[in-house]
Amino acid sequence: MYSEQFKDSLSLVEAAREKNIANEPVRMTAEQKEKVLASFHPDYKMDEFSVLAIGPNKGDRVPKELAEILQAHSRITADSVCLEKPDYEADVLVIGGGGAGASAAIEAHEAGAKVMVVTKLRMGDANTMMAEGGIQAADKPNDSPAIHFVDAFGGGHFAAKRELLKKLVCDAPEAIAWLSSLGVEFDKEEDGTMVTTHGGGTSRKRMHAAKDYSGAEIMRTLRDEVLNRKIPVIDFTAAIELILDENGNAAGAVLMNMETKELLVAKAKTVIIATGGAGRMHYQGFPTSNHYGATADGLVLGYRAGAKLLYAETLQYHPTGVAFPEQIFGALVTEKVRSLGAKLVNKNGEVFMHPLETRDVTAASIIRECFERDNGIDCGNGKGVWLDTPMIEKIGGEGTIMKRIPAMWRMFEKYGIDIRYEPILVYPTLHYQNGGLDITDDCMTTNINNLFVAGEAVGGIHGKNRLMGNSLLDIIVFGRSAGKNAAAKAKGVTLGKLSLDHVAKFEAEIKKAGIETETVSPKLLPNYTNQKSI
Amino acid sequence: MEKTVNIFLFGKKYEVPENLTIMTAMEYAGYQLVRGCGCRNGFCGACATIYRIKGDKELHACLACQTKVEDNMYIATLPFFPLVKEVYDIEKIPVNETVMMQLYPEIYACIGCNACTKACTQGLNVMQYIAYAQRGDFEKCAEESFDCVMCGVCSSRCPAGISHPQVAMLARRINGKYLAPGCGHLEDRVKEIKDGTFNDLIEALMQKPIEELKELYNTREIEK
Repeated sequence: MYSEQFKDSLSLVEAAREKNIANEPVRMTAEQKEKVLASFHPDYKMDEFSVLAIGPNKGDRVPKELAEILQAHSRITADSVCLEKPDYEADVLVIGGGGAGASAAIEAHEAGAKVMVVTKLRMGDANTMMAEGGIQAADKPNDSPAIHFVDAFGGGHFAAKRELLKKLVCDAPEAIAWLSSLGVEFDKEEDGTMVTTHGGGTSRKRMHAAKDYSGAEIMRTLRDEVLNRKIPVIDFTAAIELILDENGNAAGAVLMNMETKELLVAKAKTVIIATGGAGRMHYQGFPTSNHYGATADGLVLGYRAGAKLLYAETLQYHPTGVAFPEQIFGALVTEKVRSLGAKLVNKNGEVFMHPLETRDVTAASIIRECFERDNGIDCGNGKGVWLDTPMIEKIGGEGTIMKRIPAMWRMFEKYGIDIRYEPILVYPTLHYQNGGLDITDDCMTTNINNLFVAGEAVGGIHGKNRLMGNSLLDIIVFGRSAGKNAAAKAKGVTLGKLSLDHVAKFEAEIKKAGIETETVSPKLLPNYTNQKSI
Repeated sequence: MEKTVNIFLFGKKYEVPENLTIMTAMEYAGYQLVRGCGCRNGFCGACATIYRIKGDKELHACLACQTKVEDNMYIATLPFFPLVKEVYDIEKIPVNETVMMQLYPEIYACIGCNACTKACTQGLNVMQYIAYAQRGDFEKCAEESFDCVMCGVCSSRCPAGISHPQVAMLARRINGKYLAPGCGHLEDRVKEIKDGTFNDLIEALMQKPIEELKELYNTREIEK
């Protein structure tokens, strides 16, 4: 139930519902999209960016908050950690316990490598767990990997590294088959046909889902498999620096117990960074849909060791974060809500855009509707627009919401809003790090040998904007590939003497560039405490 | 002035704004969370919490990130609960109730007290899905347990020592792998890709100038 302040606008939305369902809004032209992005997308707000003064991407523009942690001090000094007697030794060290890390660990184990996982929270505390809408794969007869390629390449503004995108789309059906073989329960018709829908910017219905717990279902299954294989998982332990060997090859990581702060050393022949995204950096003050640990750690670890970043200046703001109630402000409202027929409606009850434009275009259009056109609804913490969820039941029949998006129903029901009968209020939320470490199609970084990357920490797979359902896909495709390749590579590796010289070198660069900062990184966790003293 | 309520974190009193969740109230009070905080959106089960309202004997369970504070709420978080997870080889397990008898025999000691269901933070019918598991009806167990976030509160209340979330996890994997109908179009497509059916198409895209790809994208046909 909405309070008085929303009643007038709400009745306009209800009155216009039948008409709005029938109305199929036109999609924007390429020129219209470019215009709304340039004027309203946060990536184009130049005063929110800084130019990097040191490191492999010196001269590049990144969000201010990212620049601060990329150019910050290490948590350790190079000579304060003894590397002689490692606490752990492995063939493959996986940093991160999300979908990419788990997939990598399973495949490395399958390949016979001695693999271990470190994760700063629990196994499965990751954005993967929160992905709701689904996973793309071109497996229907009217679809093909080539069509998938064109959708993703265009949606990403023609900036994706083509060899990475090729791998993503061509390995997609096999990824779905692999997950099915592990027991992931995809939504299917009785004859086994996958139930698939559109996502923003897709030209074929290729979104596979497990209700709106798609990521959770994938993550819990992968975690169960990691445990069944007895792969060692060192939880509540963060990697705080990479270790290289004297030849500059990746050779392990310095770890920190998140509770006791004890430092530990893990030595490994190959290292996989699967640390995920950066929503908890709250770029430009946006709320986020991300999990608690999404603080761009992998980018910091890689950058300090000399690995290059690609497209770190591009972030994805999911168009539909919760704008009201404030207790779930910024939480994700899955794009699947729009896939199932709900449209975006302004305070006057007008549909102001096609609901399935790409995410960046949709987010920018919502911002325009709220500010330039002043057609937003005041939600307390800021403005928002309506997402007319009751349309779903009218289009798909009664019961569609409980069957297809039960998590959405539950999230709002706790605050007295029944999305079957009442629309919800949404506004863009920081959702995804499009950019990340630069890799080749074997998942190894372009300039540090034996350092692999998978998942959201990679840059270049999606270009400058990602389509819905391509991230659950990339963590599986690139996670598996990184695991296989790192295991194979480890077989031929003889490590030299371990070293943290790069940490000392980076510290010297900070000094030389005259950067004055007290920040240490990786950040590991956001600070939301409200301590008034000390 | 914001309205406030008094809450008791592990017995200690704090005055916090009434519109906060239990999780944000803990942070407001000064806790820097490491345990008991994961996705902050009701999917990961990290923030299982039990509470009582003063004057009321009933013990409630919830997710701290999904529950608003109330006045006189006595709160204890349950960031870890020792669930028993049995390991198995998904390729080799029997697909009938004997797998439950082997791995989780304690489910047959269920006394039907329904404490698990009452405690479920997701409002699931936990005792019912355990009953399905006992019978080897994995499909129904999977369906009934699907929204489980594995927070473990059900198990903390169980006199029979059942690890309900792990039982359900096993049932869902069996259902997904063995009982759900196979997918013909997926198998076909995997084979086509292995056979190189799309190689020429993809290679052509790899070589095409950007302008041609833009044209292709902007004029592509979109399935209704």
